[in-house]
Amino acid sequence: MKSFTYERAKTPAEAAGSVAKASGAKFLAGGTNLLDLMKLEIETPTHLVDVQDIGLDTIEKTKDGGLRIGALVTNTALASDQRIRRDYGVLSRAIVAGASGQLRNKATTAGNLLQRTRCPYFYDTNMACNKRQPGSGCAAIQGYSRQLGVIGTSDSCIATYPGDMAIALRVLDATIATVKPDGATRTIAMADFHRLPGDTPQFDTVLERGELITHVDLPRPIGGQHVYRKVRDRASYAFALVSVAAVIQPDGKVRAAFGGMAPKPWRVEAGEAGLHEDPAAAMETIFSGARPTEDNAFKIPLAQRALASAVAQTRS
Amino acid sequence: MEFKAPAETNLFDTAKIVGKSTPRIDGPLKTTGTAPYAYERHDVVANQAYGYVLGSAIAKGRITSMDVSEALAAPGVITVVTSPDSDIPGISSMNNARLFGGSEIAHYHQAIACVVAETFEQARSAAALIRTKYDREQGRFDFPALAPGAPLAKGRGGKPDEASLGDFDGAFAASAVKLDATYTTPDESHAMMEPHATIAAWEGDQLTLWTSNQMIAWGKKSMGEALGIDPENIRLDSPYIGGGFGGKLFIRADVLVAALAAKAAKRPVKVALQRPLMANNTTHRHATIQRIRIGAQTDGKITAIAHENWSGNINGEDGENGTLQTPVLYAGANRKTANYIATLDLPEGNAMRAPGEAPGHMALEVAMDELAEKLGIDPIELRIRNEPTSVPSKPEKRFSDRNLVRCLREGSQRFGWSDRQAEPGKVRDGQWLVGMGVAAGYRAAPTMKSAARVRLDGSGKVIVETDMTDIGTGSYTIIAQTAAETMGVSLDRVVVTLGDSRFPASSGSGGQWGAASSTAGVYAACVNLRRAIGEKMGFNGDDAVFADGRIRTGNQVVDLADAGSLSADGEITFGEFKRGYDVGTYAAHFAEVAVNAYTGEARIRRMLAVCDAGRILNPLSARSQVIGAMVMAAGAALMEELAVDKRFGLFINHDLAGYEVPVHADITRQDVVFLDTLDPIISPMKAKGVGELGICGPGAAIANAIYNATGVRVRDYPITLDKYFEKLPTIA
Ligand SMILES: Cc1cc2nc3c(=O)[nH]c(=O)nc-3n(C[C@H](O)[C@H](O)[C@H](O)COP(=O)(O)OP(=O)(O)OC[C@H]3O[C@@H](n4cnc5c(N)ncnc54)[C@H](O)[C@@H]3O)c2cc1C
Ligand code: SF4
Repeated sequence: MKSFTYERAKTPAEAAGSVAKASGAKFLAGGTNLLDLMKLEIETPTHLVDVQDIGLDTIEKTKDGGLRIGALVTNTALASDQRIRRDYGVLSRAIVAGASGQLRNKATTAGNLLQRTRCPYFYDTNMACNKRQPGSGCAAIQGYSRQLGVIGTSDSCIATYPGDMAIALRVLDATIATVKPDGATRTIAMADFHRLPGDTPQFDTVLERGELITHVDLPRPIGGQHVYRKVRDRASYAFALVSVAAVIQPDGKVRAAFGGMAPKPWRVEAGEAGLHEDPAAAMETIFSGARPTEDNAFKIPLAQRALASAVAQTRS
Repeated sequence: MEFKAPAETNLFDTAKIVGKSTPRIDGPLKTTGTAPYAYERHDVVANQAYGYVLGSAIAKGRITSMDVSEALAAPGVITVVTSPDSDIPGISSMNNARLFGGSEIAHYHQAIACVVAETFEQARSAAALIRTKYDREQGRFDFPALAPGAPLAKGRGGKPDEASLGDFDGAFAASAVKLDATYTTPDESHAMMEPHATIAAWEGDQLTLWTSNQMIAWGKKSMGEALGIDPENIRLDSPYIGGGFGGKLFIRADVLVAALAAKAAKRPVKVALQRPLMANNTTHRHATIQRIRIGAQTDGKITAIAHENWSGNINGEDGENGTLQTPVLYAGANRKTANYIATLDLPEGNAMRAPGEAPGHMALEVAMDELAEKLGIDPIELRIRNEPTSVPSKPEKRFSDRNLVRCLREGSQRFGWSDRQAEPGKVRDGQWLVGMGVAAGYRAAPTMKSAARVRLDGSGKVIVETDMTDIGTGSYTIIAQTAAETMGVSLDRVVVTLGDSRFPASSGSGGQWGAASSTAGVYAACVNLRRAIGEKMGFNGDDAVFADGRIRTGNQVVDLADAGSLSADGEITFGEFKRGYDVGTYAAHFAEVAVNAYTGEARIRRMLAVCDAGRILNPLSARSQVIGAMVMAAGAALMEELAVDKRFGLFINHDLAGYEVPVHADITRQDVVFLDTLDPIISPMKAKGVGELGICGPGAAIANAIYNATGVRVRDYPITLDKYFEKLPTIA
């Protein structure tokens, strides 16, 4: 870990301003991802702006019948909130499928969205990695890629976004509210929040320097049955090989977003429409253009089966 | 004391303390976090500095330059020790690869420097400032590609490691039913909770090492060799060990660099191997390829059996020999085993819990399941029909005590085996396909000479001192039970101190020999102490009755406290007569596994082990040993694999996020049953170890249950879902 300076901001604007001021500054929320990466010198911020005192730790009703989740709401608080459990079950289930109780107590909504990839080569600083060190190459592409992405990847990077919560937020059409250092605010759709790597895999999201997530907004509840199906090598405490966040309506219509497949939560609305009638054809549309490796080609048929398992679960 | 004839009736047969379930005497210290592990021994010596180990960035080649100037200038840094500047031997006769010293790089994450600083964080941060240049060479990293050309390993006395009896080829060709299958097991990591750790301090030429090591006497000798100094100037102390599983049988880089760093820093230095170094810097269980051929008559009688094994290692020696159980487990007049080893440039392979037998059972016991199906015979019945009367590969050799058939029958009944559907894929529970599997288990029960000192402190307390280790197994408690029983005192009057090389040398902990050997050594010392008490007080110590803190001889009764302070050493050695016997432990392992019909996720529903291991010294801790081993076997069957990057020559998933071991949610119900057997050939206690028996078989039982659930046979471990979900029966 490189030595760094530390401050605790009092307001969102102050936090954003502080990060913008110092080059190499970062926000610190629960620290469950950032501090691990700093210990390995995968992240080497020179200044940390701790946001735990800036508020933004409540879940409020919005005028249009949705919910506004503060960026600092912990994963545990979010997953156990009565309204979330009742109206957005897929979100609650996705969160509790991730990490462990201890981690979820500490982890925050914004931090969870911004957790970095779990590519094993990203974690070994002796290995070439364009995401960690732009331009150094990608050791994973010809290497051990069983966990890595099958779609949306590039010749520079085949890593996945590893999280669970964001997959559910994507299927719920959540939006992300931010404030920039100059005080300007904006709203980013979940669909646009994580970016595909292209030639610049070092940028995981569209956030700009110093841009602080203040909230995540959920639209009005959409009803239906909510399932989060996470497939992994052990029963708990592991990242998904493949996961699916699904909402199934009484008429059989399905919304589905997939995790473990791509650098972002993977949802293709155009393909989704056919999921209840011809799932195989719909899945072909959803994953058309996939470029799996030999190690991870299994993820595409597995995703289809995971979805079938999720749908079957709602029938029993 | 030489154990030179089978044990007769002795005081352990009427034992009041030995053989009773006894909570571990070190339990409260461990559950309250107050048992100090090596890295936490803050009070043993003042002024401890922190060392941080830097691992090589390449797997093969040499260091051409190391620039430590920036690191040395970093805040808090005291000194930097580098491998090219070190001229120690850096290896002992018990290591397969050099641990430190020189410019040659033999494997990834080989220790190349140790930065010493005032704080851990300073040392870690400075280590990243060392600039190292390498000449990279291409290494031999692709074991499956190299295996076919590998030569036979060196066996006993340097002879090629193969054996045969009768005419395997002829009998196999002529057999009515044949099985010929190849199985693979991956490289595995010990993944113990406590990484290797040491605090080193010099006083003149005297070196003290507070460390975490299973074999104190080996460690002391090895450290002498690796440092090039007289081992008599070295003291090792290792009272608590946070798991070893064979990974701490031999010294590793932590202890060597701690000693060098302490010398250079001129003050005590503590070093723990960082978790990301564990997979590639230390040892691992070697991957194997195993081909098994079995020929049988239609009644199930095996007529021919061959087991060939391939593994690889850094020096082309000391492989993982999966054939070890095959000469012993099943009858059959025509047999063959062969063990090949390739030379690799991957990190050093070495012992991990039941080396050889653990992966060996994962192949042989699946082959038996496959054979049973071909024959249309129940897999338990098939095993019973092939129960030998003497050692199958050496018919002149007898079994000391063998109750495998009882294990199988008892297990069958307890597990509800009769409910199993022989035809696979027939049991559905919602989305899940459910199956049952069985496997037999054999693990040798070796013994090693073992010494101890037993003292009376004048207050009636009995103090045991031996360099025996407790690697989480429960040694403290069984040793206390043995001393309490033999000296006739209650457990709370016994104080056990372990792991210090100043104490008499014990068997140490490894190869599941520790329990049987070390307790016998303590017994030998107690017998000597009883004699010494008798001499002092004027009676024959062998005839006196020691009970309830008193000594009764004739009609005289004295308090043990009256004997004052006395001390006796004793050592058990094991006589030649044992060579006529195969002394082993046996088990029947059962598993019920559910497999998701959509995704292939395999989830264990319950497991049972029925064990035959002689007298069980402490059923409570023995059970813990077996369930722990069953968990490890479940990991090996379902998820554990060090993933080899064949281009760069390393295990790339080198942390506990990438190398998955079972978590609580993977392990549901586990039952363990011990048969009430006694083995008079093993030791005066008639007791055998169980710590490795527990991992010999459950992996195969799980694999067989997955087959029974799904009808899909996966012969490449671990059985992860990607290997078979697309072959699962389609769901209606
Ligand atoms: C052992 C382990 C297992 C795990 N398993 C899973 C799993 O199965 N599934 C899963 O989904 N996750 C898993 N995680 C990841 C976990 O969910 C994340 O570590 C956690 O959600 C991060 O939240 P945090 O608040 O601690 O973020 P931090 O570590 O504090 O921050 C993460 C990043 O977000 C930035 N940041 C934080 N807040 C803001 C803000 N308001 N605006 C802008 N930027 C911000 C920080 O600068 C940093 O770059 C696991 C983690 C661990 C350690
Ligand atoms: S896949 Fe991406 S994260 Fe992994 S090594 Fe390549 S560039 Fe780095």
